[in-house]
Amino acid sequence: MTQLPGLLDTEAIRKDFPILDRVVHDDKKLVYLDNAATSQKPRQVLDVLNDYYERSNANVHRGVHVLAEEATALYEGARDKVAAFINAPSRDEVIFTKNASESLNLVANMLGWADEPYRVDRDTEIVITEMEHHSNIVPWQLLSQRTGAKLKWFGLTEDGRLDLSEIEQVITEKTKVVSFVLVSNILGTVNPVEAIVRRAQDVGALVVIDASQAAPHMALDVQALQADFVAFTGHKMCGPTGIGVLWGRQELLEDLPPFLGGGEMIETVSMHSSTYAPAPHKFEAGTPPIAQAVGLGAAVDYLSSIGMDNIARHEHALTHYAVGRLLEVPGLRVIGPTTAEERGATISFTLGDIHPHDVGQVLDEQGIAVRVGHHCARPVCLRYGIPATTRASFYLYSTPAEVDALVEGLEHVRNFFG
Amino acid sequence: MYQDVILDHYKNPHGRGLRDGDAEVHHVNPTCGDEITLRVRLDGDTIEDVSYEGQGCSISQASASVLNELLVGKELAEARKIQETFLELMQSKGRAEPDDAMEEVLEDAIAFAGVSKYPARVKCALLSWMAWKDATAQALGETAGGKTA
Repeated sequence: MTQLPGLLDTEAIRKDFPILDRVVHDDKKLVYLDNAATSQKPRQVLDVLNDYYERSNANVHRGVHVLAEEATALYEGARDKVAAFINAPSRDEVIFTKNASESLNLVANMLGWADEPYRVDRDTEIVITEMEHHSNIVPWQLLSQRTGAKLKWFGLTEDGRLDLSEIEQVITEKTKVVSFVLVSNILGTVNPVEAIVRRAQDVGALVVIDASQAAPHMALDVQALQADFVAFTGHKMCGPTGIGVLWGRQELLEDLPPFLGGGEMIETVSMHSSTYAPAPHKFEAGTPPIAQAVGLGAAVDYLSSIGMDNIARHEHALTHYAVGRLLEVPGLRVIGPTTAEERGATISFTLGDIHPHDVGQVLDEQGIAVRVGHHCARPVCLRYGIPATTRASFYLYSTPAEVDALVEGLEHVRNFFG
Repeated sequence: MYQDVILDHYKNPHGRGLRDGDAEVHHVNPTCGDEITLRVRLDGDTIEDVSYEGQGCSISQASASVLNELLVGKELAEARKIQETFLELMQSKGRAEPDDAMEEVLEDAIAFAGVSKYPARVKCALLSWMAWKDATAQALGETAGGKTA
């Protein structure tokens, strides 16, 4: 078996993930390489979810009975865990949402309804990039269409990086908000946060970072990023679906208006008007995803017990190995950086003129799960003149043997359609 | 799923390329980006030509090739029967065991029976057939839609 420096003890880790033992199509061992879509869940998270429903289930923040108090303590305890995980200065800066899409929509709507100096209107500009997931494009297009603000974006270089050569023309005095992805879900690129943040700060623009593909894979420090908002989702980082996070700087959360109204987000309500609870509750209308938040707390505990730096080192070693092996496959073109530097463990590629759906289907027949299509980042496919890609994405439990299985699988695909 | 017949049509498509037509449609499958531009030329009730250009997976491209082979030269009524039988096969979720009658109607298209077990791929197989139905309706003036040379 291939040994690479920096790898985690995957034999031990894989024991935590029951699903990884599955066989599919009768007798094929599952090789799960679709982690950028969603990660698998360890027993430690599944047990906590089950325990919550079996022992403590109640609604939060309202009720004086034992279960309500336990549920509230667990839910708010999860907020503490997430705050510590991202090095937030205050737990009150952590807003629970449904997913990263909701987090990003929430920011866009806060800014659309805000007063000066945050207000986005027809005389202002919004800046995104060409490598965003649709969830960090469409909310800004909606905001732009509704307010008249101009939407601008950074293009991409041939090798899958942001083209920042004209940063001063893209981010200007008119720019109100700059929203970009930390790690691309299709190219794998890790973006240079500092350069963008510095320019945004120079012109007084707010910075929003989509960390959906970063939070699961590397230490995330919102203070070091110097962003104003950071969004990510729970299900890609060993947590359940239905739970996401928006972190925002406290003074902004105090100043900006709520978006969704309802229970839990108020202070007092009369038939004429209402006053609002302080953040984060101001932004959490209605019964939140309680079990899911508790599950995310367990996921954060699990990841922390292994260590985010260790996970990053593991994935870096695996990415280095995987890129090298994939480039040996005749006709394979990596869409994105072709080295492991400043890139995450998500590798998109095309294989000759074999359509990705055919690649994915034949890999599936061998038990190998990859994602095919445009990965909710269609502008990237347009940019590189391809209809779609095949994407393999790795995580803390992925092994060099699984990289080898993928490469062998691709040989089979080539023979099949060759 | 990948029957030899499908792979043969994929590698050596019949009637590919755009030629004169009475109507043209462009259909896409947004989930996977398969695309087809398809033209129909009628001579009275006879299908004189079905020409097409497209990009996409082997299933979508082979299906267009089979369609061309099956429908060109047929009377409209018979062609509609073939289209409806193919639709029925593709919507069978792999349950329908194609019988002799179905096989007689569908000829090479019977090879797509296995595709019906894969919900994500059914749309690929149906793309050109839906485009043909749409283009034919336009050529007959049954629906709004510009005629193209």
